Amino acid sequence: MNNLVPFWFIIIAVLWTGFFILEGFDFGVGMLHSLVGQDDAGRRAAINTIGPLWDGNEVWLIVAAAAMLAAFPGWYATMFSGMYLVLVLLLMSLIIRGVAFEYRGKRDAARWRRTWDVLLTTGSLLAPLLIGIALGDLLHGLPINSSQNYTGSFWDLLQPYALFTGVALVLICLLHGAMFLGLKTTGDMHQRSGMLARRIAPVTCAAVVGFIIWTHVTASTAFFLNVIELLAILAVIAAVWLVYEHRDGFAFAATTITIAASIITIFVDLYPNVMVSSTSKAYNLTVHNTASNPYSLKAMTVVVVIFLPLVLAYQTWTYYVFRRRVSRQEFQPPALSPGATPEPASRPAAPSARPGS
Amino acid sequence: MSLDLARIQFAFTSVNHFFFVPVTIGLAFLTALLQTAWYRSKREEYLRLTRFFGTLLVINVAIGVVTGLVQEFQFGMNWGQYSRLVGNIFGAPLAMEGLAAFFLESTFLGLWLFGWDKLPRRIHLATIWAVFFGSVLSGAFIMAANSWMQHPVGYAMVNGKPQLNDIWALFTNPVFVWGYAKVLFAALVTGAAVMLAVSAWQLRHGGDREVFTRSARLALVVLVPAILFTLLVGDELGVVEGRYQPMKIAAAEAQWTTSQPCSFSLFQIGGGNNDQTPTQIIAIPHLLSLLATNHWNGQVVGMNELQSQYTQQYSPGNYVPNVFIQYWGMRVMAYLGMVVLIIAVWGLWLIRRKTLATSRLFLWVAVWAAVLPFAMNTAGWFLTESGRQPWIVQGIMLTKNGISPTVSTTWLWISLIAFVLLYGTLATVDLLLMLRYSREPLPPPRTQADADAPVPAVTY
Repeated sequence: MNNLVPFWFIIIAVLWTGFFILEGFDFGVGMLHSLVGQDDAGRRAAINTIGPLWDGNEVWLIVAAAAMLAAFPGWYATMFSGMYLVLVLLLMSLIIRGVAFEYRGKRDAARWRRTWDVLLTTGSLLAPLLIGIALGDLLHGLPINSSQNYTGSFWDLLQPYALFTGVALVLICLLHGAMFLGLKTTGDMHQRSGMLARRIAPVTCAAVVGFIIWTHVTASTAFFLNVIELLAILAVIAAVWLVYEHRDGFAFAATTITIAASIITIFVDLYPNVMVSSTSKAYNLTVHNTASNPYSLKAMTVVVVIFLPLVLAYQTWTYYVFRRRVSRQEFQPPALSPGATPEPASRPAAPSARPGS
Repeated sequence: MSLDLARIQFAFTSVNHFFFVPVTIGLAFLTALLQTAWYRSKREEYLRLTRFFGTLLVINVAIGVVTGLVQEFQFGMNWGQYSRLVGNIFGAPLAMEGLAAFFLESTFLGLWLFGWDKLPRRIHLATIWAVFFGSVLSGAFIMAANSWMQHPVGYAMVNGKPQLNDIWALFTNPVFVWGYAKVLFAALVTGAAVMLAVSAWQLRHGGDREVFTRSARLALVVLVPAILFTLLVGDELGVVEGRYQPMKIAAAEAQWTTSQPCSFSLFQIGGGNNDQTPTQIIAIPHLLSLLATNHWNGQVVGMNELQSQYTQQYSPGNYVPNVFIQYWGMRVMAYLGMVVLIIAVWGLWLIRRKTLATSRLFLWVAVWAAVLPFAMNTAGWFLTESGRQPWIVQGIMLTKNGISPTVSTTWLWISLIAFVLLYGTLATVDLLLMLRYSREPLPPPRTQADADAPVPAVTY
């Protein structure tokens, strides 16, 4: 057996986990920015907590997908063609959301901004929901025939377990995002984030416990939970406790572990399958019957071993550079005093003399 | 039907994606140059220009990133059998692109935008160059993947399936080397044309004359060599593709019969797959021999001969691509390229005479000239991709065998309509924002006292 095959399964699990740890709070901030921000200045402050980061975070998804194509072409082909409409919706959510960040502040009109607020919130809610449905379907099983093709309809994708996985992921992202906002904002926004976190935490906790048990029952024959499943449950319980204790930093660490352990659970319980066939066990897609050839895996292993640590290094540095909290005051419309700093390019509405004319 | 819909969707999303990609690469380069000029000379106008064009850059990057995601997903969604067969080769450069290039570009774009007041000036300057470097590297991997479809290399057939056995071959593929060079130059042309158009509009409408003359000059200095090289490299790419994909080049010249020497048709009426004897308006003797083979008397093999050759080599079928698209794709690209070259040289001449800012005719032309590179890029991709048909991977897999067998026509209609509506809206919004920000006055110069203080960051 080629050792690189399981290695690449791990890499793909790592990429999805990295994506959800990082983009998870971006989704949460996207869903919560209106509530936490209240007025326009507050909303801008909320969006700007993730402003420099979201784009780099989203690349984790792009790389995860590309790695699946390169390392497990059969998995990629079956999953992406089978889940067609779910992925169309996902792409649209991600597009709308990404553009909303960039365009919201580009015009100073209430209706314009309100529209992008709604789109940002909706996109940020739908994206984790749809990815959750997709990941849940991998594990729970879909009608797949002997030639590795999906034979079901759109509605077959929306089975209860998959939907529940989606909802659980949305709730984890909400809590994760609320904690992130708590760490990155000041004053009333900081307080409102904490308040929201305390409301969300028990619901998230229930959802995660439910998700882990349902996953265990679906995929495992063992009676006891495995280490990762147990970790997810312990972490989410710890998160609730820490949220109520106002230990923001530790609570964020706990939600990070919750999100990581939940995603890893899916992959651990899936292995060595990559997609379960509900038609026949014999048609299951596994790491082995979908993997690339050994040479391709070797070439990509060299690249991933060099570049993934490098990526981690400069992304960590980015988080260090933007470690400061963002406050609503920075986005208040400029005061009347002439000495106030004019907003840079993103605020065209600020009157400025046309030089040279 | 499914095949047509999947192809239309891929063409539509690719063309849209490639509106934004060359602007990103080109403007990132020009913005980096401007910021470097500011860093070295400390002259305020360079900072103002950096901020001004940086805003235009960012408006485009956003859409370029998210539409790129659609491109990637489509390989699995619509081209499942293709991914299954060649994912082990085609996927490798895509995965490498993400790891080595796209992470770099996206992360450093955030650092550049938001890091104005948080990073030392030198480091901050390095971040915009990292963005540019990332985008250029990203293009390299994507072009390596695409070139492999045009001219497959570095693989062996094992049980009827191509298996990668030499990753380096993908990056020394002659189609890649020339195709990538062409894309890079075309991106510089696009970015420079946009910068020139914006500067020209500003000069026509009372923008800061000294500063925008400076940016117009920078744009022209980049534009002239870039368009020249685009044309030269494009010519050589034609020769290279003629070697590996003779059908593509024969179709681009609507050359049905083999001839030696071969003349070049400048313009024709009629033509297409069902009309082998169009009315040629002007034909230049020997020129096609020269273009396609680099020899005065080179032989150009016609489509009829290639068709019978392929039928024997592979299996009975129609191996002629859409001749109308090929013929006009080639000409739109080449003729508009000439027009851009003339406009650019005209601009340089006006700069030498120091009358650029007052030549209202040139400024008017320069504004509208921004449309040309986009038309050229689109025509070029039609030429490349439609010319490969009926193959999805030349000689290995037919396009009709590459689609996802279980994706229904209904699903395809839904996704096609959804993408058309969404992209249409986004392109409109993007264009409106670009126009709006192109017409904004420059950010005001800072006072002497501010000059040493950090420049405020850009925010959302």
